[in-house]
Amino acid sequence: MTALPVTLRARRLPGFAPWAIAAGAVAVAYAAVYIGGLMGGGGFLALVAAVLLYLVGLGVIATRVEGSRAARNRIATSLIYSVVALALWPLVSVVWTLVQKGTSRLDADFFGHSNAGITAFDANGGAYHAIIGTLEQVGIATLITVPLGILAAVYIVEYGRGRLATAIRFFVDVMTGIPSIVAGLFVLAFWVYVVYPLYSPDGKPGYSGFAASLALSVLMLPTITRSCEEMLRLVPTALREGSYALGIAKWKTIVRIVLPTALPGIVTGVMLAVARAAGETAPVLLVAGGFDSINTDPFIGNQSSLSIYIYQQAGLGSQFGPPRAWTAALTLVALVLSLTIVAKLLARRSKLK
Amino acid sequence: MAKRIEAVGVTAYYGQFKAIENITMTIEPRSVTALIGPSGCGKSTFLRSVNRMHEVLPGARVEGRLTMDGQDIYDRAVDVTAVRRSIGMVFQRPNPFPTMSIYDNVVAGLRLNGLRKKSSLDDACEKALKNANLWDEVKNRLNKPGAGLSGGQQQRLCIARTIAVEPQVVLMDEPCSALDPISTGAIEDLIFELKNDYTIIIVTHNMQQAARVSDRTAFFSISQTGDPGRLIEYDITSKIFTNPGEKRTEDYITGRFG
Repeated sequence: MTALPVTLRARRLPGFAPWAIAAGAVAVAYAAVYIGGLMGGGGFLALVAAVLLYLVGLGVIATRVEGSRAARNRIATSLIYSVVALALWPLVSVVWTLVQKGTSRLDADFFGHSNAGITAFDANGGAYHAIIGTLEQVGIATLITVPLGILAAVYIVEYGRGRLATAIRFFVDVMTGIPSIVAGLFVLAFWVYVVYPLYSPDGKPGYSGFAASLALSVLMLPTITRSCEEMLRLVPTALREGSYALGIAKWKTIVRIVLPTALPGIVTGVMLAVARAAGETAPVLLVAGGFDSINTDPFIGNQSSLSIYIYQQAGLGSQFGPPRAWTAALTLVALVLSLTIVAKLLARRSKLK
Repeated sequence: MAKRIEAVGVTAYYGQFKAIENITMTIEPRSVTALIGPSGCGKSTFLRSVNRMHEVLPGARVEGRLTMDGQDIYDRAVDVTAVRRSIGMVFQRPNPFPTMSIYDNVVAGLRLNGLRKKSSLDDACEKALKNANLWDEVKNRLNKPGAGLSGGQQQRLCIARTIAVEPQVVLMDEPCSALDPISTGAIEDLIFELKNDYTIIIVTHNMQQAARVSDRTAFFSISQTGDPGRLIEYDITSKIFTNPGEKRTEDYITGRFG
């Protein structure tokens, strides 16, 4: 019988070794790229070379000292960190660019005035009208879709049996895949041309912020329904049965036990839908038309939104347009982010400490 | 309080599958009746039939006659929620409502059935927690989440929640199987006290527990997998455990089968 050695101790690299190898890899890579002029040079190339050199160097040294299993472990760990960094990079880059370019017009003028009478070659101009438009359009769309979406999800999870529920689920899935411009076209044909003339002052077709809300609703509804459905399915059956066993009616069980338990997840789903809707441009442009002045009435007349404003300003070939677009973009991101934070705090406050 | 439950020819299905067949037994008020038997013999199904929890599952249905003091539980005119208020149930795993505090958990049944008055709720909460032997442990943290208690405390919280609505009958589906011996002892003491006021039916896999807490014991069994469960023997607990009338009962309680 050949017994394996019973020692539990193994040779380990000292704690500073990975850092030393990293430093060496960076030094060699930058020297090769900048001093040696390898492959035309460039900081990005040097970074990639440094990471590759580090992985190879760590692998070789660790195999020699610690054996192949420990070396594979180290390489896998390093690879995972590298991939995480790679995945975070676009996000950090976007936020950094936004902050860098978006702060130039963070002034009272921008938030206090509309863009009425401002041409591409005027220095001032604001996005007040666009902020109002975004808040109204997304706000109305949220008011329409949250109750509908939650009720649809409750039906699918708690009441739906047989073919009707399956059909509804299927069509919700189909709706999720609708391109946003198709939603815009639908509202254009339905609201802008057919319904709007019925109540507009002059009886003619026209754009309105509410039409944009409808288009956004078409896009938000399936997202909210699906995420809410998933969250309701996560609520354990034992809670429902515990409630039924107390003689509590089914609808009351859903309203007072099931929905509160699923609330944090539902809020996350709603905020994802809101964030997506706030950034939609094409359908909003198609049915709200865009506008340079303030229009607080979402039902009558053209309205702008931050996304339209960004689209229009970024396309201007002047030194004043693009900075306005960047600041509007920063405003939009900050708006969605703060809404998300507030919603999460509210959802958490309803939970017990 | 405390009412007599009578089952006559009760048969229960899950879709096409017949889980129990032709169960006939009378459960006496102010006593503890234990249901024992191997897994899959239909003890829990029978228990869930008694307060109409069986039909919660899609495709599940019950035939036969179940009455509480002569009132048909399955009559068309009967309100299911009223049945469940009169016949409370404690589950195998403690299931306190996670979004609610200890207080809210205990009064959930009352509040969600329309009782609003704060003083009545306070009284009911204190009384139920005292009856569940939990008051001293939680009286200073009633507004803390119910899910933060230990497993044994959570189960007593669920018992408090059940008796807060003042049912006539309390059904317990293996209430101690997820608990340690000390918590089990606490629950068994509690069952012993509760039987002064309630009719208690308890499903258990622990035969010592059945012998300790129950006045009568019903032995359920199946002849083979796929067959419906049947009631084999039902008698005073001491007789079942010392001098059973059926050979299959004797085999089961002496550990030769099941």
